[in-house]
Amino acid sequence: MATSLTRFEDALVDHDCDVTRTSVAEFDGALADAVREPAVGVALDDQDLSLPAAVETDPTPAQLQAAASGVTPVAFAVADHGTVAIPSTATAVEPVSLYPDRHVAVVREEQLVPDTDAAFDELGPTLARERDSVIMATGPSATGDMGALVQGVHGPSEVHVVVVESEVTQS
Amino acid sequence: MSRSDDRQAKAAHIRHLLSTESETIHENTGHMNSERYRAIEGFDYDALRDEARAIKEDAIARLPELIEQVKASVEENGGTVYVADDAADANRYVEDVMADRDAETLVKSKSMTTEELDLNDHLGEAGYDVFETDLGEFVIQVAEEAPSHIVGPGLHKSSEEIADLFNAHFDPDEDLATAQDLTRFARDYLGERIREADVGMTGANFVVAESGTIALVTNEGNARKCAVTPDTHVAVAGVEKILPTVADLQPFSQIIAKAATGQDVPQYFSLLTPPVDSPTLDFDEPDVPITEQSGGGAEGDGDGDSGGSDARDFHLVLVDNGRFAMREDDELRETLYCIRCGACANSCSNFQHVGGHAFGGETYTGGIATGWEAGVHGLDSAGEFNDLCTGCTRCVDACPVNIDIPWINTVVRDRLNRDEAPSEFDFLVEGLTPDEEPGGLDPQKRLFGNVDTLAKLGSATAPVSNWIARTRPARLLVERVAGVDPRRDLPAFRRDTLRKWAADRDTATPTDAGREVVLYPDLYTNYVQVERGKAAVRVLEALGCAVRVPDIPASGRAPLSQGMVSTARERAEAVSEALTPHLDAGRDVVVVEPSDAALFRREYERLLSDEEFDRIAGNSYEILEYVYGLLENGADADALAAGEGQSVSYHSHCQQRTMDLAVYTEAVLSDREFDVRTSDQECCGMAGSFGYKSQYYELSVSVGAELADQFADAERVVASGTSCMEQLDDLLGPTRHPVELLDPAAE
Ligand code: SF4
Repeated sequence: MATSLTRFEDALVDHDCDVTRTSVAEFDGALADAVREPAVGVALDDQDLSLPAAVETDPTPAQLQAAASGVTPVAFAVADHGTVAIPSTATAVEPVSLYPDRHVAVVREEQLVPDTDAAFDELGPTLARERDSVIMATGPSATGDMGALVQGVHGPSEVHVVVVESEVTQS
Repeated sequence: MSRSDDRQAKAAHIRHLLSTESETIHENTGHMNSERYRAIEGFDYDALRDEARAIKEDAIARLPELIEQVKASVEENGGTVYVADDAADANRYVEDVMADRDAETLVKSKSMTTEELDLNDHLGEAGYDVFETDLGEFVIQVAEEAPSHIVGPGLHKSSEEIADLFNAHFDPDEDLATAQDLTRFARDYLGERIREADVGMTGANFVVAESGTIALVTNEGNARKCAVTPDTHVAVAGVEKILPTVADLQPFSQIIAKAATGQDVPQYFSLLTPPVDSPTLDFDEPDVPITEQSGGGAEGDGDGDSGGSDARDFHLVLVDNGRFAMREDDELRETLYCIRCGACANSCSNFQHVGGHAFGGETYTGGIATGWEAGVHGLDSAGEFNDLCTGCTRCVDACPVNIDIPWINTVVRDRLNRDEAPSEFDFLVEGLTPDEEPGGLDPQKRLFGNVDTLAKLGSATAPVSNWIARTRPARLLVERVAGVDPRRDLPAFRRDTLRKWAADRDTATPTDAGREVVLYPDLYTNYVQVERGKAAVRVLEALGCAVRVPDIPASGRAPLSQGMVSTARERAEAVSEALTPHLDAGRDVVVVEPSDAALFRREYERLLSDEEFDRIAGNSYEILEYVYGLLENGADADALAAGEGQSVSYHSHCQQRTMDLAVYTEAVLSDREFDVRTSDQECCGMAGSFGYKSQYYELSVSVGAELADQFADAERVVASGTSCMEQLDDLLGPTRHPVELLDPAAE
């Protein structure tokens, strides 16, 4: 749904995120532009998409802490608010999205849900049945506690979302 | 301390805050307040808050059953639930967890509930290192102060003050100056603490019974880090945080950030169902891939993900500490629906000017703090600040779960009144004050609560009574006994009351009058602001109404505002009785004083039977609301005076705005060609008796001055409420009621 995608992109910009729309064919280049090294990541579990060797996908704590970027897949994303749903997984999506200064989230257009209602349709079974955990993250971490708004507080100061358009809408 | 000393001490404390913390807290809360308005504009806030409210009501009603369900869910997930009776019990449990895990340090994300428990002090005394990682909490911890706001504990501190604090405390290589510097410094310092910590502690904004999920609402990433980095996670939450299902989270996820800070959604709405699958992070083994780390704690079950949930230890501490008693208390129960968004503080003019270091108790701050403090720490803690709620009701519009915060304040005030020891001055006010209250009530409250009797007496003997009241000995006496501030002009009671004027007129009631109207002779319009009453009568008549001004007793607003609920109820019943024949005859009731109009339509619900309330509420109107209705129904607007483009600055009354009644005044004045500009200030700061009280005079003037600033260049100022008129009279010169602008007999 192109409208959902456009809404998602607008909302991301409203919430101070960077966004790149790309295709399966162009993904490697788009990702390379979004990532700053040193980078850590979590393998994408996607037939068509993979992370380059420069992204360390089984990081140590030292690498995690030193990384400038953390690249992760997401569970799903919410178009209306520019929110990405970050799952807690044994593959460490949560810390990889949290510790580096820049979170690069890879979102398939098919993973977009339009709004909060739809998000809760996803969350209901995930939390209640699977007993999983999900962070609904919207924009970079921030605080006003020091007297003015500052981004990058115990979390990324930059969020870059790479959205891979579905092949269907492209044709 | 005598009452008069007490008042002086309170005045001094407020004066101190006005000259220190006020500016920063005002800027911050004012900003969040206007952001909230922006965020909810064009959004169906009311539908969502009704939904949120219903979920909370149901959850609190089913609390015992839900606690059992949470226990079962968390245990199924591999965690532990402990229900702590009180602070000592909760603290003991957390200390045991620390000992069991061989822990030395604990990192915390923000939790007001642990503030309530004094957990940090307890763990500190037991020899543990505790670090607050929320930057606001961290500032407060370093400064060794108490939070000044439920959401932003350090909202009273400016960047410069925090920089001075950090430079002195940490002595960094280079002095810190900007918010950026400070944030970076605190983040790096605390980042290290988080990486080293043995135990991570979070609060919980919500706890889901069906899944054992805890929801955390944050903008910083600290709660996420505290929850997932160490292998042990302890979450502490009041029992009232439980919601039945995941789906129940939805309205709250939409509403909480809007109400709190005016954000559409928070940066992080974290839904953790611990123990979580993320591997723990052991920075002591920096070169072992995190997916292969042992996780330090419990043994894995051999399924391969030894660094994940199997290595994690999770404890949910649910705290009672008075909440079950609140649940049984018909008046305090509503407090348990509170989601601690801070909107009631941000929307409160008094709070904006003094912050939580005056407007707060041991732990909680702002309007709802009265309910929380009375429930968890006891009446005395609530009594410290309860009077700062003037009942303006602006928070009622703001609260995302529709809590009647002013009512909770009124009820607690009533309980405090009943707790008072008899005073040496009781004999002085006893004869003057035919109220229903116990002896020992503060003479200040008693005086203002019985202002109707004073008005009657003062009017009967005016102008002599006014002269006497202004003499030095009389002023000294009222100051000493009742704490009436000498810097305020006392209202001058008129001998020629509105009722007398109306009775003496020989206007023939038009026989073909479209409507018969009772103009309610409220205390202020009848005895003090008589001109606005006359204007109201003439305006109604010009629009074809037959108007009568019968003898109907005082509304009960004055005693209610002093927490004298029984007296207020008795007055409400008398009003109801006096209005009955008029209502039977099909007459509409029109009210000039907005605080009484609001009373008839809002608080009477608490004081009268449903039937009596519905009848009065359904047939009473604020004067310009009624005029608007008449014009809409074809009355001839040209019968009223016209503005010819004259510009008018209008301050609507706080309670009138909460009842959504201000728009009618604006519409009618615009219709009559006045160029109307309305103030956006929540309250004028006078609020009935509040601005007369010596301990609050300076705060009242500080709030009023902000409004006066808005109107500094105004040609003509109008205000609906008596209090607002008195405040603006004092600060800007003569102020009139909007109906006076429409008076066809006006020159
Ligand atoms: S009473 Fe309402 S407005 Fe105040 S903090 Fe609680 S939820 Fe928010």
